This record gives sequence, C-alpha cells and structure tokens, in this order.
Amino acid sequence: MKNNSEKIVKWILIGITVIFLFIMLVLPMFEVIYRALKDGLAAYKTALTAKNTLSALKVTLIATIIALIVNTLLGIIMAWQVTKFDFKGKNVLATLIDIPFSISPVIAGLAFIMTFGRSGWAKPIVDAINNALGTDIELVFSVPAVVLATIFVTFPFISREIIPILNAQGRDEEEAAALMGASGFTIFRRITFPHIKWGLVYGMILCTARAFGEFGAVYAVSKARGKTFTLPLEVDALYMSGTADSITQAFAVSSLLVGMAVIVLILKNIVEYRAKGKKSV
Amino acid sequence: MKKAGKGKGKVVIPGFGMTMGITVSMLSLLILIPLASVMAYSFKMSLPEFAELVTRPNIVQAFITSILCAFIAAVINSVFGVIIAWVLVRYEFFGKRLIDGMIELPFALPTAVAGITLTKMYSDNGFLGKAFERIGIEVAYTKIGIVIAMVFIGIPFVVRAIQPVLEKLPRSCEEAGLMLGASRSVVFRKIIFPEIMPPLLTGFGLALARGIGEYGSVIYISGNSEKNKTQVVSYIIMQKLNSGNVDYEGAAAIALILLIISFVMLFVINVIQHVASKRTSA
Amino acid sequence: MKKRNYFVSKTVAVALAAVLSVGVITGCGGKENAEDSNKVTITNVSYDPTRELYEAYNELFAKHYKEETGKDIEIVQSHGGSGSQARSVIEGNDADVVTLALAHDITSIEDAGMIDAGWIDEFEGNSSPYTSTIVFLVRKGNEKGINDWDDLIKEGVEIITPDPKSSGGACWNFLAAWDYAKNKYNGDEEQMKDFVAKLYNNVIVMDSGARGATTTFVENGQGDVLIAWENEALLALEQYPDEYEIVTPSISILAEPSVAIVDENAEKNNTVDVAKEYLEYLYTDDAQRIIGENYYRPSNETILNEFADTFDLSVNLCTIDDFGGWDKAYEDFFADGAIFDEIYAK
Repeated sequence: MKNNSEKIVKWILIGITVIFLFIMLVLPMFEVIYRALKDGLAAYKTALTAKNTLSALKVTLIATIIALIVNTLLGIIMAWQVTKFDFKGKNVLATLIDIPFSISPVIAGLAFIMTFGRSGWAKPIVDAINNALGTDIELVFSVPAVVLATIFVTFPFISREIIPILNAQGRDEEEAAALMGASGFTIFRRITFPHIKWGLVYGMILCTARAFGEFGAVYAVSKARGKTFTLPLEVDALYMSGTADSITQAFAVSSLLVGMAVIVLILKNIVEYRAKGKKSV
Repeated sequence: MKKAGKGKGKVVIPGFGMTMGITVSMLSLLILIPLASVMAYSFKMSLPEFAELVTRPNIVQAFITSILCAFIAAVINSVFGVIIAWVLVRYEFFGKRLIDGMIELPFALPTAVAGITLTKMYSDNGFLGKAFERIGIEVAYTKIGIVIAMVFIGIPFVVRAIQPVLEKLPRSCEEAGLMLGASRSVVFRKIIFPEIMPPLLTGFGLALARGIGEYGSVIYISGNSEKNKTQVVSYIIMQKLNSGNVDYEGAAAIALILLIISFVMLFVINVIQHVASKRTSA
Repeated sequence: MKKRNYFVSKTVAVALAAVLSVGVITGCGGKENAEDSNKVTITNVSYDPTRELYEAYNELFAKHYKEETGKDIEIVQSHGGSGSQARSVIEGNDADVVTLALAHDITSIEDAGMIDAGWIDEFEGNSSPYTSTIVFLVRKGNEKGINDWDDLIKEGVEIITPDPKSSGGACWNFLAAWDYAKNKYNGDEEQMKDFVAKLYNNVIVMDSGARGATTTFVENGQGDVLIAWENEALLALEQYPDEYEIVTPSISILAEPSVAIVDENAEKNNTVDVAKEYLEYLYTDDAQRIIGENYYRPSNETILNEFADTFDLSVNLCTIDDFGGWDKAYEDFFADGAIFDEIYAK
C-alpha cells in the first residue's frame, strides 16, 4: 500500500520534471533547429559558411579561449586565497569576485566604455602605453574589447566551482605539508590540485559555455560586423536584417551555437560521470 | 570577525602574499576599476538630481517590473528546481542522464538566441502563442513573457545549488522518520526542507539577481511598453544611452542602483554559504 | 587513478594545442593585413534600415574605386539604432563616415569635437543623398479601415512604432503625427497633445529601434498598423506581396537622413579623400538608381521621377525646418520631461 503510493509520487514528480524541462528547454531548441532548416540544407550550409559567420566564429573562439585561460589561472589563485587563509574582509572579497555573475551585462559593457572609451578616463593611459610600445591596441570596439568583456562576464565561474570543494576539504593537509617544508607550488600540485581537478574541469566547461554565449556585454563594445562580431552578435545582426531569408540564417547560426552548447554539455556530463566514478572507488 | 578557534590566525600555508596580490590586482583591473567608472559617472549628479531621477514614475515602474518578474520567476524556479533536483538525486529512470545534462543549457545558449526564439514561440504566430491565445492569455509582449524568459535563464541556478546537498543527505534520517510513523509530508517539512533551505536560498538569490539585471533574453519578448509596464531596468539604461541626448549620468545612476542590489544579494548569499559550511563542518 | 590523471592531462594538452593554433592563425592574419598596403579600409557607421542599401552601394563603389585607383577597398559596415550608433562613434568606434537617420545624431558627434562645423553644407541637399518619408503598413484588406492619421486614434486600433527615446526613426514618426494634428486643430497645442496622446495610447509594442518594430509587426504578427519608414514598408511589401498594404497619409514628413565625414578619425586613418569620394559618389546617377531600387527617394529629381511608380510623389510633406531644425525639435519634444514624456503613459 505504502509502496504503491510512493511509486505514484515518484512518477508524478518525474512527470512534472520532464514536462517542465520539455516546455522550457527542449521546445526552444526544437524551434531553433526547425527554423534553421526551414529553407533546406543548402541554405543552411550557405548561412554557416558566409564570410561574416566565419569571421564571427573566429572572434568567438579567440575570446572564449583567452577568457578560459585567464579565468582558469585567476580562478585557482582566487579560490586558494579565500579558502586557505583567514583575513579581514574575506566575505567582501568573495562577494566582489562573484559580482560579474549577477551583474546586468548592460552595465558590464557600459563600464568598459566609460573606462577605456574615447572620453573614458583611462584612455590617455592606454594611449601612453601604446605610444611607449609602438602598438595600436584599442580597448573598445575591437577584438581585445570583446576579449575583455568576455573575461569580465565569466570571471567568477571557475572560482565558484572550486571554493566549495576547498572549503569542504579543509586546510589540515596543506598545513601539514607546509610544516614539513614543502613550497607553495608543490603543496598546490601534490595536495590541492588532486582534490579540485574535477571541479576545475567542470568550472572550465561552464566558463566556456558562458563565454561563447555572451551577448549584452559584448554587444556594447563590438560594432563592426565581419570584424569584431561574435556569433551571438551575428545572430542579432541577421535577425535584424529583417528579410525572411536572413531570419532563417539567424536561426542557422543560432543552431551552430546550440550545437556548441550541446557538445560542451556532453563534455560536462562525461567529466561528472568520471568524477563520480572516482568517488565510489 | 569570527575567527576559527584553532591556529589563532597564524598562517602556515605559504603563498598568502602572492595570491593576495594577484587576486586583488586582477580583480581591480578587470572588475572593480571598470565598475568604479560607472560609479564615478553617477556621482557627477547631485543628490537631489539623483533623487529626482530615480523617483520618476517610469523608472520606479521599471524597477518594480524587473524585481517583480524576477521574483515570480525565481519562485517558479525554486518550486520546480526542488522537484527536479529531487527527481535527479532520488530516482532512477530512463533518460535521467539526458535530463541532468540539459540543465545548464540556458547558461550556454546566448541570451539573444533565447530571447528571439521565445518571442517567436509565444507571439501570436508561434505555436505556443496560438495555444495560449485560445485560452485568452497573451504571453509575448506582456509581463508573462518577461517571467518566462527569466524562468528560462534561471533554471540551472536553483537545481545546481540544491543537488549536491540532497546527494549528501543520508536517506537513513528519512527512513527513520517514516518508520516512526511520520507521514511523508512531515518528513519532508521537518527533515529534508531544513537541510536544503540554505542552498535553496542561494539558488533563489542567484536566479533573482540574474533576472533583475537580465537584458538579452527579455528585451525581445517584453515589448518595452511603458504603458503596459513592460519596460525593464536594463532597457531603461539602454534607452538613456541610445537617446538623441545621451544621458550617461542617468544611465550610470540607474546602473549603480542595480549594482548595489546585486552586491547586497550576493553578499547575503556568501554569508549563507559561509554559515552553512561552518555548520556542516562543525 | 593513473588513467584518470591521463584523461585530465590529455584534456589540458588538447586545450593548449587549440590555443596555440588559434594564436598562430590570428597572428598570421594580423601580419597579412599590415603588409597589404594596396588595400584601403574605411568604416561606415549607419543606422538600422540601410543594411541592404549599403550592401548594394558598397559593391558599386568598390568597383568604381578599383577602376579609378587600382586599389581594393573594404568597407566595414556597422548598423544599429541611429542614436546608439552616434554614441558609439563618440565613444571610440572608429568610423570614417557616418550615415545616420537624423542630423541631430551627427550634431552630437560634432559637439564631441569629432566632426568639423558646417558639415551639413559639405554635400548637396543638406548632406542628404537620399530622403524618405513616413507611411503606414497595414495587413491585407485593411480591416480596421486605416486611411489617415486620425484613424489611428480610434479605439481598438493596435499600433506598432518604436520608442522615440531610443530610435531616430521613431522621432520622425512622432513629428509627422504632430504636423497632422497641427493642421487639424489649427495649432491649438492642447488639442494637438491630446491627439498624439491618444495615438500613443494605442501603441501596443514599443521596440527600441525601427527594424525591431518592423520585425514585431511583420514576422511576429503583432498589431494592426506599423508606422514605418517608407523604405521599410516597401521592403516588407517586396518580401510579402500578398500580406500587406501601404497607406500613405495625407500629411507626412520629409525625412532627411544625413551623411558626414568623421574628420577626426579620417585624418587619423589617412582616409579623408576616400571618405569624401565615398559620400560624393552617392550622388552619381548609378548610385542614385541603387538608392531608388532600395526604396529610398533619390535626391536627384530626374532619377526620382524614374521611380514614380514606386513612390507616392503627391504626398504633402512637411520638413524638419517647420519644427525649427533638429536640435530645437529634439529639445521641444524628446528631451527628458519634454512633450513626449508629458503625453505618454499619462
């Protein structure tokens, strides 16, 4: 009797989960794919191999990879900092690190413009550095600007994944190693890293996913189609072109992003599976 | 500050100076200095000007719309998030890993794509829009549309916050409760709920914070009508910047309020996490 | 355990390899550009509905430029809401030329010190190589019987028009309606305000830009009537000939999108001459025909008449001078607390 009602509850809950996720997540995916393929495979291929799409793909990959490297290194350092040491204002620091997580992307873009833009206060500094180095790097409306904006929005992703693990692990092992005279880097490599590596890989995957999907912040600092546009901006540009053809192309490029998202999520699943396998050993 | 009892703050692990230096300098360079520029702009306003601006009816209304919709969306996500996390942790069924894998989809999907797609689906021409129209509900270009977009982007926050805690929760407690004759709802209320409360609050807070600031996915589906009260705060900021008389100070001032809101919410979340981790380790 | 470590290091290795290859690719790309001195690049920052026009025009100009100088030219296009595009130039978007929806936006770049005063007389016809006007786009059959501006204030008519606070095109829409009201009520300001208030009360979706509004009306099926640029309306008609009709109101406004060289950037980039040529060439017969084919009204009268079938040339058009020029019109109507704020959402 009890067993029976438990079964009913189980299937009701599973049903709710499946229906909710189907409507909220799966249907939009189908919609994208359906709209992308509406005009047939040939049109789909044309859309994906268009010059602007390829350029956008390149910029997206550059920005994602650089953001990934920078944020991985910083993420590990920051997580180490806030978990292995006690100091005043630790909670404030942890919160500041998290800020980009919940900030409106609109503000992120605005912040860079107001700092490095033509009338931004840091523009003379950038110019002076450029003069000294003989370079001509612009930090707004350029590929570096896209990279910076991408780093900004994905900044906390990796540290957020590692911090709970390090918190749970405590400091005893590191302290013991330190007392035995191990250097900081050795402690990290031999003791800390094995604990966090799955969390790290998971964080890196989330960071990648978010980096190539960012729209609002990048939109503010990237204006030249075919030069500094990323894939999401290209989608917007195609959608805004307004003809029936270009809207289909917008969905074709979107489907590319959906595909990239799915690949990343499959990777994430593999990582989780392996991480769990390890736990049970 | 509460210092942990042992160690008396004596640092044995090396690398404090270096990691502190890197953390603070990179954090400043990449995050704080740009944000400080926004604040600097908003401080160009005098206090009465600032007060006049943020009490304008359309701006107050935009804050109400953003916060209200984000709140409703976060509540919806909390309810479904708990159910989804529960199902994923406690039950075995066909397709479970598939479902588990797709939770992060909204993270990875560009918000613009989400916005465009949701608008298409829920507008009068879209198939879901048609279905809702038949029962007399307009979704696209109303607050309902905004809520749906915010639910979409907020799903992963709640599910992923609760899941690990549920996984750690021993089943023996519940079983003991059930054995002792408590009904399932009592077990849930008295045993499980208190455990998942801190992560639920975390997930709720993150989803709420994200929803309040959201731009890309909301902007297409909202219709931006001041009359229908579907302008969100992010839109007002963009409107100030796009207008023929660019209003940097106004945009920065509104941005500053958003910044303060997200900082406070994140701070509360961090404190909750901190307290919860102390409690479990004790 | 060993095996898993191997997995991790493999992942890291693959990631590193990817980074290096991308670095090499982009590095080479950068060098290639630097060595290629036979190629000129200019950036044209424009507004939303001109995408198709400049796509066609740039091809024509590139051909002309190659014939004349033997050099290749690449024209980078940037599109968006007119106001935000002007802002991006002020903030550092490296535009050599701007081709925006209204003179006011170019004036704001002038005010930032980037365009020399007197730009409006640099090219013919107030530096407007093409003009347009505001019309109504309605669904086939025109069920709500929309023939003129006063049909828009009827109860139950759903209007789509963008937000004048963020879209240049929307400002033209508002001013055209205002001019109609001025004639109808003989300049009685209270009644005029009442008229536009009723009109904007019927607006159901207010997109941030003209293109977004067209998409909302055409693709997403919202509303009964779209107040639109004539060129946008004609383009929609070309796309869906059986679904829409154009209604020309009795009074509309002569919209003069303006073009200018961004002197500061062009001097820095050494592109003053080519930028000038790029804009001047817009006035040649070939270019004017392309303009007409893209549903903008050519400024050249002879060529405009070649397109008499496309445009309703009999419509009564007021101009921005009737409002005392753009800067005054903007202060009077669209600044914070001005007439638009006063009438909307009361």
